[in-house]
Parts: sequence; C-alpha cells; structure tokens
Amino acid sequence: MVWGKAVAHIIKEDLSVVLAGEAGQGIQTIEAILTRLLKRGGFNIFATKEYMSRVRGGVNSTEIRIASHKVSAFLDRIDILIPLNRESLPHLAYRTGENTLIIGEKDKIGAQGMLDVPFTKIGLELGNAIYANVVAVGMVAGLLGIDRTLCSDYTAEYFARQPEDVRLKNREAVTRGHEIGVNLARETIWIEIKRDPGIAGDIMITGGEAVALGALAGGCNYLCAYPMSPATSVLVNMADYSKRADIIVEQVEDEVGVVNMAIGAWYAGARAMASTSGGGFALMTEGISLAGAIETPLVVHVAQRPGPATGLPTRTEQGDLNLVLYAGHGVFPRIILAPRSIEDAFILSRKAFDLADKHQVPVFILTDQYLMDSYYNTPLFATEELRIGKYVTETKEDYARYRLTENGVSPRGIPGHGSGIVRVDSDEHDEGGFITEDFIETRNRMVEKRLRKFDAIREDIVTPILRGARDYKTLLIGWGSTFHALSEAMDRLDRKDVAMLHFSWLYPLPTGIREYLARAQTIVIIEGNATAQFGDQLKLATGVDIGNRILKYNGMPFSVEELVEKIRPYTVRS
Amino acid sequence: MTANRFNFEQTIDIAWCPGCGNYAIRRALLAALEELGLEREKVVMVSGIGQAAKMPQYINAHFFNGLHGRALPPATAIKACNPDLTVIVESGDGDMYGEGGNHFLHATRRNPDITLFVHDNMIYGLTKGQASPTTRLGMKTPVQVEGVFEKPLNPMALAVSLDVPFVARASAADIDQTKEIMKRAILHRGFSLVDIFQPCVSFNKFNTFKWFKDNSYYLDDAYDPTDRVGAFRKALEEEPFPLGIIYLNNDRAPFEENLPVYRHDKRPLYQRDFPMEIIRDILKQKT
Repeated sequence: MVWGKAVAHIIKEDLSVVLAGEAGQGIQTIEAILTRLLKRGGFNIFATKEYMSRVRGGVNSTEIRIASHKVSAFLDRIDILIPLNRESLPHLAYRTGENTLIIGEKDKIGAQGMLDVPFTKIGLELGNAIYANVVAVGMVAGLLGIDRTLCSDYTAEYFARQPEDVRLKNREAVTRGHEIGVNLARETIWIEIKRDPGIAGDIMITGGEAVALGALAGGCNYLCAYPMSPATSVLVNMADYSKRADIIVEQVEDEVGVVNMAIGAWYAGARAMASTSGGGFALMTEGISLAGAIETPLVVHVAQRPGPATGLPTRTEQGDLNLVLYAGHGVFPRIILAPRSIEDAFILSRKAFDLADKHQVPVFILTDQYLMDSYYNTPLFATEELRIGKYVTETKEDYARYRLTENGVSPRGIPGHGSGIVRVDSDEHDEGGFITEDFIETRNRMVEKRLRKFDAIREDIVTPILRGARDYKTLLIGWGSTFHALSEAMDRLDRKDVAMLHFSWLYPLPTGIREYLARAQTIVIIEGNATAQFGDQLKLATGVDIGNRILKYNGMPFSVEELVEKIRPYTVRS
Repeated sequence: MTANRFNFEQTIDIAWCPGCGNYAIRRALLAALEELGLEREKVVMVSGIGQAAKMPQYINAHFFNGLHGRALPPATAIKACNPDLTVIVESGDGDMYGEGGNHFLHATRRNPDITLFVHDNMIYGLTKGQASPTTRLGMKTPVQVEGVFEKPLNPMALAVSLDVPFVARASAADIDQTKEIMKRAILHRGFSLVDIFQPCVSFNKFNTFKWFKDNSYYLDDAYDPTDRVGAFRKALEEEPFPLGIIYLNNDRAPFEENLPVYRHDKRPLYQRDFPMEIIRDILKQKT
C-alpha cells in the first residue's frame, strides 16, 4: 500500500462521511450497503443525498453521519470524503476544509494530502473495476471496527439475487476493503464513536417510504401519479407494496388525469392519493376545486422542489406552500400538513386520510426532496392501535348527498352501497346534487355549509411543537422538514433563552399562536423559500409581521452549521 | 313514454333547447337502460361539461358530473374501484375530443369496461357556436370568421387506429337504431365508443337533421366489423358517413380484469378491510 501524506486524524462521537461520484458510478449501492451494515453494527445513522438531474455523469453525493447518539440532520461538515471522480472535489469544495480527510485513488483524484487507496486496482484484481465500490464499503466498515464476518455475510445477503460468482467476488471485495479500513484505524485515523445496543430494533426508511407506508396505514387503496422528481419514490414504493397490500397503483397520462381519477376513486368508495411535485400539482388545481365543490375527500402529496417552472428538478425547497394553499378557483375549506420528520411523515400521511374522509375536504401532505431522500434509524412505529376510520354511510332511498347539516358535513354515500342514489355535480347544486341557479337561497346555503366545515376541522388541529427554553427571549419559527436541523442547531447554541415553535399543521392555523409570539422579544422565521410564505400566513393569523427572516432557496437543505451561524446574532442581541 | 325506472316520476326542468337532438338521445338511452334490465343503484352516469354532459342530470341513476373534458379519468376509477357498477360516460365533441383528448387516447390504452357516448353536433353549443374539433371545413362561426380551415378530427378512424374494442356511430335522427347500438355498447366487455350525430338547432344551421340523414347510411349485415383494416377503411368514409358498429374486438381484456387487486378477491374496494399486519411486516423488514 502506498500512503499519501500520513496525517493522524481523531474523530469523536459524530463522523460525517461523504461519498461522491458521477451518476451511474454506484454511489447509491455503496450508501445502501454501508448504512445498513453500520446500523447493524450498532451505530446511529443519518443519510441524505443530493444529485443532479441526469442519468449518467455529473456529480452526486451522499452524506452518511455515524454517531454515538441519534442524528437526524444535514451537516455541511465533511470529516471523510471519498470521491470516485475528480469533479467531486470542486463540487464539494465549499464543504471541505483542512480537517477533511480525502480517501481515494490518488492518480485519479489528484488531491493534495489525500490518502491513497486503490479501490479500482483491487476491483480489477478481483476481475472487474465494478467491485471498487464494495471495496470502499469494506474500508469504511473496517475503519469503524465493524466485525469482519458481519461485513462479508451482509454483503453476500445484499447480493443474494446475483449469480454465485458475483456474490463471492463482492464478499471478497468487502473483505479486502475491510482489511484496509482496519489498518487505517490502527495507524492513521482514530475514531471514538460509541455503539448503541438500543437501536437493534430500529428501522431505517426514507421520507418517501414513510409517506407511502403512512398512506397505506391510512387505508389508501388507490394511488395514482405521473412520475416526477422528487415525488416518484412514493409511486414506486406504493407499486412495490401493491401486490401484498391489494391496492390499485396507476400511472396516469398526466396530472390532470391523476387528480380526476383520484376524485373518482373516492366517489366510488376507495381511499385515493395523488402524488406529485409542484409542477405536476399546478396542473391539478382545477381538480382541487372540483373536490371542494363536490365535497369528495381527496389526499394529495406534494413533494416540493425549487421552481418556478422546471427549476432545479432534483433539489429541495419549501416554496409551494402558497401554491397548495391557494390552488383551485372558488372558496372551500382545505387542510395542509407538512411532516417535520420521517416519523411524522408516517403519522400525518396516515392521518390525512381520516381527516379527508371525516371533513370531506382536500388534504395536502407537503414534503420536499430533502425529506423524501433522507433517512435515519428510528424506533419501529407503533401500529397496534391504528384503525382506519369508517365514514361512508349506507344510503336509503331518500338519500340526498348534500343534506344541510349543522356542522356542514353531509353523510357521504357511495354508489352501489345502499338503495339511495349518489349524485355529485361540479355546478352549484341543491341538497340532492342537482344543478341549481337559485341565488335567492340555495347558493348561499351551500357556500355557508361548505365553510362551516372549518369549525370541526379546527378541533382536529395538531398544535405546533414548542421546544427549548420555557422563558424564551428568542423564538425561532419553522415548519416541515427543517425540524431536525433547527433542533440540532438549537442544541449546539445551548442557550437558556431560545426556543423554537415548529409547525407541521400549516392550514388552517390554530388559535393561540399570538400568545407564543407575544412572549418573545425577538422572533425569527426560518423557511426554505425566498419570501417567507409561512411568515405571511402567521401575519394573517396574528397580525404580527416577523421581520427577522432566515431564508434559503438555493436548492440545498439548511445545514445545522449555517443555522447556528445565522441564528446566533438574534440570540446575542436579545 | 312508457314506464321507465330511469325516468323521474316528477317533471324535470331540462336545460336543452327545444328541438335539440339531445332529447332523442335521451329517449334512446332511457329505453336502452330499461330494456337491458339494469338496476338504477348499479348504474353510474359520468360526464364533464357541456350540453351533452348534462344528460346525467336527467337520468335517474347515480351521477358524477365533473369537469370539462375530464369525464374519463373518474369513470375509469369508478369502474376500477367497483367493477359491479355499469359506468356510462356522456360527452360532447368539444368535451371529449377537444378538452379531453389526451384522456381519450389513454383510456383507449387502459380499456376500462365503460361506455362512452359522444353527442357529436360538430359545434360548441353551450359557449354559443364556435368550431369544435369535428366542425366541417369551411363553416364560418363568430370565431372562425374565415371559415374552419383546421382539418376535422375523425373519431371513428382515430378509435379504430387505437384498437378501441367497440367503435360505433349512431344518429339522433333514428332513436330505435341508436338504442340498439347503445345496448350493444353497454354490454360490450371493454371500452366502447359510440359517436352520435346530433343536430344543434341553435348554433349549427348547416349540419341539420336533414343533412345528417342525407349524409349517412347504415352498414349492412354483410359488413364484418371484426376486420380491423376493413374497419379502418370504412371509418375513413365521409359524406356519406357509415352508421352502425364499425369495429369490434372481443379479445381485449378490460382494465379491471388486469388489475391484480381482483385476481383473488372480486369484492369492490369499499367492502374490504385493510390488514394492518402488512404495514408491520414491511416495517420489520426495514430494521
């Protein structure tokens, strides 16, 4: 082995490893094997990726945090960088520094001071350069002291469906890499990260899987979508579950078809979800209005990415709150949820179906690329107590779909279930569902009936989380996927006078927010968009105009470090 | 009209113009539904927007009267969620071939077991007389002031080319024959299209009852609709236009029959309970 400039590195508690290379080089395979292997070895894991909108070439990278304690947020810091191509270095230059150890093939990467490990050469010795990736997996596992047998057994398991020859070669590749890692740990890199036996039963799923599984747990039995990054993972996961779960998954010709199909499915007694991203959702807006008019429940998942138009197709943003909030002509109630974490994505995606069915309104699950593509170990979700709400009524002969009721919700029948007839019309309609142009009485009654549903919706609101100091002077406000990064930033700031108020139920807003705001001397809103869209909603709800804004809209998620730096001035001043 | 369970007992306010071809189509449809012995509780009428799309309002059965051009996606979903239902889509030439064109193309690929009646009056009626995708060349309208120069769409040729398994044309001028074609379309297993010639007495002064009569003829018994190439040739004929079943393919499995969800369990979705153990099993594999 030929060493580059040997440097003694010491890493404690929390290691950030970044793998980078061009699309098609196998970064995802490395990530998939490595994260599961390290988790089995007892380490807390967080992983997230950023990638370009192309099938081959460019630079994609994956960050894997390996820690003694639970970690759930993106760091800028890179402790160990494993570049598989030369272009990775300038791509990640803003995140690397003198404490970043670069490990890779020196003749290919050519970085000063890097540790030279000839992954490809070893791969070729095993018969194919493709094994280089698994050598890299073995090296990191060896570095972390993962048991050699666990390493080779898991690798063989991962390639179980491959021919025996490929399986054995990969096993050998991981073992060769492991040996290198063990030597590095002995001579060059000192890592002190405690193992946590408590995480053995933890699961690791992405936000995309959590939304899909939450929807299933909510009784979703009809998923329709048109593929669009970053929402596609929900479509793919639902398709993967479809045979076992006996659900219909349909790829529709366009998003207009998607939303109308989903509404038709609800009308016929299914629980349907449309899944898309901002651009696709823009096409659905007339359908949202239809759901509002005919009071058919609807669940729409919108995974945000930066716009306008095609924008940055594979990146993240919180820029579509206004789109979702105002989508659809006319006036009707809706509910907007924005999960703050993987666990919350499961809980709220499930809840969305009962909310939609109970209140007969469109319910939005607003996520983003960062949440879709991130994962960390988390305790197995409790599913024992979960039940799917039953809101459909068996109709009688005198059934009228839009019977006027005190709370605005009319019992919802479906065709074929009972002796009644179920009529729904996008025109203004009477109680029976027939077209009306009676502006003397019926029109007003129907508008008011639909809006009365807001009162019952408000009773179901999930209140925001207040975290940190009770007697805060500075109050940080965020929503959706920024929760973990904000929490970790707060922990790092370690101040006795800072708290955060974090929302995962965005609309309609609960009462009582003004009281939270009134207790603070300084309020800071933190959002992944350029104009503080949620801040505008808070102003509408409370009258408070939050002038302190930390906004990010370059397509990358907030990192813990940048939040610490940007929040700090607001704490010093207070 | 004799007693018909799909008719209303009370008089209803119908929003069509006096003399509109839609009345004849309604009579044919009511008779077809009655003669097929269908139960009202099992029939769902689906439509978009337009004068033809108001038909569900005037049939005493379930209806889903949705958005302009968007009848086919919900109709497909309704049948997919509950295959026990008879699903009939009512549309016009603008609603289906214009606004809904893309859904039409892809419905032909899915082949749901639903029936599509397109009231083809070669004009936009509800918006007061602009050209539709099937308006004949040269017709002047308040918008097409020079006369239509965009080639009219040929729904029959399009449908045959896409292998729509039941392709027919009827004429509102002949209620009995239209009823018979409708019955066969409803009974056909798979997607069936019936394009129904219909005069618009208010906005189309050219394609009148008389014009449709003079410019159409019925296919005779010797015609074989199962020969696709022959059907395509027939579909290309214009002025006079052939009436009757132009194309028939009994070998395409409908969408619902391809759905794995009905492979072992024929119950509609609303009758099923989701076993939560499946979530537990999937999650446990993620440790």
